[in-house]
Amino acid sequence: MNVASGIVFQILQSVLVLLIAPLMVGWVNQCRAWLQNKSGPGIWQPYKVLNKLFHKDAVLAHNASPLFWATPYILFGSMWLAGGIVPVLATSLPFAPAADVIALVGLFAFARVFIALAGMDVGTSFGTLGARREMMIGFLAEPAMLMTLFTASLISQSTSLVTIVETLGHGDLVIYPSMAFAAAGFVMVLLAENGRIPIDNPSTHLELTMIHEAMILEYSARHLALVEWAASLKLTAYVTIGIAIFVPWGIAQAGDWAGIPVALAALALKLTIAGAGLALLEALSAKMRIFRAPEFLGTAFMLATLGMLVHFLLET
Amino acid sequence: MMMDVSLPQPVETVVTLAVVWIGLGVAGLAFVRAPRFITHFIFPCGALVALLLAITGLGAIGAPPSVAILPAGLPDLPFHVRVDALSGFFLMLLGGVAFGTSLFSTGYFRGMAPAALALLSLQYHVFLASMTVVLIADDAYLFMVAWEAMALASYFLVTTEHHEEQNRKAGFIYLVVAHIGALGILLCFGVLQGGRGDYTFDALRQAGLGDNWASLAFLLAFLGFGAKAGMLPLHVWLPEAHPAAPSPVSALMSGVMLKTAIYGLVRVVYDLIGNIRWEWGLLVLLVGSATALFGILFALAENDLKRLLAYSSVENIGIVLTGIGLSMVFIGSGQPVAGALGLIAALYHALNHAVYKGLLFLGAGAILKSTTLWNLNQMGGLIRYMPKTAVVFLVGVLAISALPPLNGFVSEWLTFQVSLQASQLSSSVVRSLVPIAAALLALTGALTGMCFVKVYGIAFLGQPRLSLAEAPREAGGWELAGMVWLTIGCVLLGIFPVFVIGELNAVCLSLIGSGLSAEALASGWLWLVPTAGTQASYSPLIFLLAIMVVFGVTFLGVRRLYRGRLRRAAPWDCGFPEQTLRMQDSADAFGQPIRQIFAPLYRIRRQVPRPDDAAPVFRQTVEDWHWYVLYRPIARLTTYLSDQVGKLQQGRISVYLLYSFVTLIALLVFVK
Repeated sequence: MNVASGIVFQILQSVLVLLIAPLMVGWVNQCRAWLQNKSGPGIWQPYKVLNKLFHKDAVLAHNASPLFWATPYILFGSMWLAGGIVPVLATSLPFAPAADVIALVGLFAFARVFIALAGMDVGTSFGTLGARREMMIGFLAEPAMLMTLFTASLISQSTSLVTIVETLGHGDLVIYPSMAFAAAGFVMVLLAENGRIPIDNPSTHLELTMIHEAMILEYSARHLALVEWAASLKLTAYVTIGIAIFVPWGIAQAGDWAGIPVALAALALKLTIAGAGLALLEALSAKMRIFRAPEFLGTAFMLATLGMLVHFLLET
Repeated sequence: MMMDVSLPQPVETVVTLAVVWIGLGVAGLAFVRAPRFITHFIFPCGALVALLLAITGLGAIGAPPSVAILPAGLPDLPFHVRVDALSGFFLMLLGGVAFGTSLFSTGYFRGMAPAALALLSLQYHVFLASMTVVLIADDAYLFMVAWEAMALASYFLVTTEHHEEQNRKAGFIYLVVAHIGALGILLCFGVLQGGRGDYTFDALRQAGLGDNWASLAFLLAFLGFGAKAGMLPLHVWLPEAHPAAPSPVSALMSGVMLKTAIYGLVRVVYDLIGNIRWEWGLLVLLVGSATALFGILFALAENDLKRLLAYSSVENIGIVLTGIGLSMVFIGSGQPVAGALGLIAALYHALNHAVYKGLLFLGAGAILKSTTLWNLNQMGGLIRYMPKTAVVFLVGVLAISALPPLNGFVSEWLTFQVSLQASQLSSSVVRSLVPIAAALLALTGALTGMCFVKVYGIAFLGQPRLSLAEAPREAGGWELAGMVWLTIGCVLLGIFPVFVIGELNAVCLSLIGSGLSAEALASGWLWLVPTAGTQASYSPLIFLLAIMVVFGVTFLGVRRLYRGRLRRAAPWDCGFPEQTLRMQDSADAFGQPIRQIFAPLYRIRRQVPRPDDAAPVFRQTVEDWHWYVLYRPIARLTTYLSDQVGKLQQGRISVYLLYSFVTLIALLVFVK
């Protein structure tokens, strides 16, 4: 393998993910606005918000500890890393073997623990409430997530995303019924983990039912900007993981410069469809009570388990 | 011992070190009037011995087994000792953790009453020495003697503060369960020797038992060692005994003593019985998964920090048993490579748990000493008073929550990788059960994250929930040194897993004769590869470096590009002006979603006030239902049977003569 081209691909992809993440959120919000018969703020709005936040003076609570201001950077760093090692444009990235899908889930858990701790740091009622709910959703979503990933990894006998993409994307086209179950479960987990309806509502700021927003209430200016950017990176990383596992066609192989334009076009198309689909799901459903979340994520878990049993019964 | 040879065998060194430990303990008695001598000299010396033991153990992993016969014991029944790779690994674990706890003790026990301190020092060092002997014993006789010495020494340590009735009760429960376990182990050795009367481990290995006898021996060993390890439903002593003992002792009991039980299980099942069957593995796997899930659920409902840590130890033992169970399933199904991976994952997790749980118990001790608090509901904001303790505790919290790049994640990741080898299995039932066990493990891991966010968020973050007479002080230098040592362990074990895997592979090779695949071992020190590079890989160092680099770049970039000022103000909290300290979550509140979701698994008693109550009080207690469905009925049955037997005891000589007469007649009838 050509190491130099691998590194170029790696840098290219990391920068690309970093830059398109806010666009992804903007696109989802715009689609939702259209579905709700509103004109919407435009797809570039998240960039404007980030720019505004980076220019403001930051305010910290009197008793905020170093953990509080360090967390946005840690969060941003781990989410960027997650976006960088998922094969989005090309496989065989030099950093990709650093983490398989299980380690990716671990990375998301790492970020979640830090944001929850930061939510508890100042010691306000909303912060601790948000942290508690976030950890609750987290422990429900994580097993379901791992189960969908296990099901997906059984076909390629590997938890490495690169191998999964190469087995499914570059092999013969075979229809796996187990993957349908896993995909349904994955979408449900994606909604929960990214604070989307029906688990959490990303567009509220002052609701007693808020989760993610409650934890980050005390953040302002550059810290808030990093937290928001990290959240959009997380959404993008989840969507790209879904793309890599369930619709990997079009992803180039490393060193294949000619494949890059095709890969870029395929990625743009997939992200556009995924974003619109996400908006549609959000427009069609209503936010559920917090204690309905176990049922929702339990269903995701069951779907993934069914997928695994289907794999053992039909596909081996 | 003969120590004037130039290069002593590992076994000789280990025996010498154990003797030195006992000597240090006894020496403490001679200096009852000089408590400073005990804290300033004996505990640091004990720490040094621990360090030497760890180095010897590490050296013994790659070396061939060394054996010796001690000139002690009964006539014609000498003590056999042996240090092989498995013993070496556990000796390293013991020495490594004991070094940290001894350093911590050097500072922690200052100011204790002199007589109590001398006794404590004796029991502490005898405890360490007896655990060492358990790990090197090579015959059932010495093993049981050391095992009992370990139980008794730790019993006295648990009841250090015996003037409180609660601690005496805890000690009693511990002693009872320890002896149920010892009985199981004793019977297991009895079955293994197969009527030939030779109890050396060499003879037991050659026994060649039939299937049924081997299964019986396995069940007895599983019960016996499981009781000591804290396996469900014999875990009840852990949450009682750990809070009662002084914190460094809790660290040793939880970190090391539970691991001697794991050692015993592995030694008996893999080495002495051999010939593992997959049905046994399935049993271990199921019990392990149940133990793990149960342990963490109860940890989440707990608000006493040390009890919480004890329940979390139950959970971690469950994870270790899950790994061992997977390994046995694979070995029993003729897949020794996957089996070796399972054993490596289990042993790695045992080591990791020893290090981070040792650290967390020491941290709990530091909090207890500085604030006199053990209830999480009363803590808060400690990060501002004890910043250094807060940092090392945070590392422990991240490690136990199985987050990359720290050590807890590596062993859980390996356990997941083992369970994903399930498609190699032939039985389709087992093949579908194994991934379910993995899902339970995932649930457990995520719950652990929540549990320790609760611990850290409530104890160290937020605002103080109780105004103490004087502000808590940072832990002293020796205490910090002990904690930092274990913190370094957490980080290094997490970042350089390949070296640990190499050592563990040597253990597997010597124990079951097979290790990891060649490709897994040839992938270099940077990449952790369990089976093959295309299947799965993980590199914690790249992980850590990438996060740190991005952290640094972002931090500097944001600073350089936007020079926005930083202002301090009162917390915003949605503009709500009347914030009080009581509006923060308490530990109980944080666990509320868990209690609601898993309500059927708890035994919850609520005291809810009436609507018109003038001074409403809401009380809630969560209890372990094992007491009610298992232990209380057994206790009642025992009392009942004793009462019945008591009726025979009339206290009149004529009645007793009648008993003798009847017995004689009965014997004559039967023996005839």
